[in-house]
Amino acid sequence: MVPPGIELRGLGLRYAGAAVFSGLHLTLTAGEFFVLLGPSGAGKTSLLRIIAGLEPPDEGLVAASDGAPLAGRVSYMAQQDLLLPWASALNNVMLGATLRGQLRDAARAAALLEEVGLTHRAHARPAELSGGERQRVALARTLYEDRPVVLMDEPFSSLDAITRVRMQDLAARLLAGRTVLLITHDPFEACRLGHGFTILSGSPARLAAPTRLPGLPPRAPDEDGILHLQGELLRQLAQGGA
Amino acid sequence: MIRPFVTIAVFIALWWAVTAFTAIPPFMLPTPQAVAEALWGQAGYLAANAWVTFCEIMLGLFAGTLLGGLAALGIAASRTLQRWLWPILVLSQAIPVFALAPLLVLWLGFGIGSKVSMAVLVIFFPVTANFLDGLRRTEPGLLDLARTMNASRLNLLLHLRLPAALPAFASGLRIAAAIAPIGAVLGEWVGASSGLGFVMINANARIQTALMFAALVILAAMTIGLYMAVDAALRRLLRWAPGG
Ligand SMILES: Nc1ncnc2c1ncn2[C@@H]1O[C@H](COP(=O)(O)OP(=O)(O)OP(=O)(O)O)[C@@H](O)[C@H]1O
Ligand SMILES: [Mg+2]
Repeated sequence: MVPPGIELRGLGLRYAGAAVFSGLHLTLTAGEFFVLLGPSGAGKTSLLRIIAGLEPPDEGLVAASDGAPLAGRVSYMAQQDLLLPWASALNNVMLGATLRGQLRDAARAAALLEEVGLTHRAHARPAELSGGERQRVALARTLYEDRPVVLMDEPFSSLDAITRVRMQDLAARLLAGRTVLLITHDPFEACRLGHGFTILSGSPARLAAPTRLPGLPPRAPDEDGILHLQGELLRQLAQGGA
Repeated sequence: MIRPFVTIAVFIALWWAVTAFTAIPPFMLPTPQAVAEALWGQAGYLAANAWVTFCEIMLGLFAGTLLGGLAALGIAASRTLQRWLWPILVLSQAIPVFALAPLLVLWLGFGIGSKVSMAVLVIFFPVTANFLDGLRRTEPGLLDLARTMNASRLNLLLHLRLPAALPAFASGLRIAAAIAPIGAVLGEWVGASSGLGFVMINANARIQTALMFAALVILAAMTIGLYMAVDAALRRLLRWAPGG
């Protein structure tokens, strides 16, 4: 599985005639973790849905760097965990295989649950799990799909600070080597996880020039310079990404 | 747990008070004692007929739920069925079931068939409508997720939309359990040679009001028992559903 890079070429989207964003250009380097920030309502979720192929853009196109179509190579992790309430954690992890009518690989699903530290909860239903555990099952389900491109829409925003830091470490470790686009409102998360970031803001929204972050993710929460990076990012956010 | 018994006790006490302190003649409102005597004295006759009605209800409930469930699945799966079948089902609700009862007895005879069909007719629509509603209201986030997973249409229906709609299906089934007896007894009123509805019509004609009330008591108990059994079974099966 060689992950492709992703290119957004002149993407535009309108709802009821009003432009949400237009003329978006962005290149995601293959195998890197890229972070998208921006004020509420800027169109981040809409952009992610377009890349995931869930919605067509009104203008422009999304292309993979290897020229092959992206469809079928992207997995999507939303803000809600979207676990099936009637199914066990294990069966939730294997949802993709079930829906495609493929043979389900319970051994691999169990191994993924072990990776996210939930072996002992494999047969629990989502209602019996904590918020952090549910997000870990969702992460295992995303990994079970084994797609080279992973899109994440604020997946950890509903978690407490400690759980969130743990989830970030887990995601960074398990998603390493894939092309990842992560939406977050949290500058700290962006600075810990990203190879680079950009900001979507304005009306209609535009993308700021991407900023590369020094060093390699995941950066430790107390790493020198993280605080400085965060301050820098906050300033950019406050200036509307300019 | 004690509340239903208090309610029933108060109800019987009021009933007794009305018969004891007003001049309503017993052939219009028998005393609770007279009804109890009828229940006891004619226990065999009542039990035999209650069994007939019970079978009609259960068969109707089973067939109606099955047909209603399949209709909802078909409509959810196929746009053609949705365009042709659904409007017909909605329009069919404009025809009162009462008006159909004599026809069904004419076509299917005095036996159990016409009664089961009545029960099916009564519960078919609530089952279909509730289930279909559930099938149409799958959480959009889940549908998106399924799309990124390349779900096939059939698997999506079977593994996602169907289980997600089970709580709605259960609502329809609860209503069905509560109204299926209406259909069966309606059929018996129009023409039958056994069943609680037959007992009532018969007793009414002979002014055996106490016996009529006895049949009514059994029918009510049966309906309540059926509802509670269905409700308990559904709660057990759908423990994952919030409030289920
Ligand atoms: N289905 C829709 N119909 C009409 N307008 C929509 C629709 N979906 C989103 N919008 C609008 O498009 C804009 C962008 O929405 P989007 O959800 O992409 O924002 P966002 O950047 O993800 O915000 P947040 O950070 O709050 O999640 C918003 O103004 C929203 O009101
Ligand atoms: Mg959003």
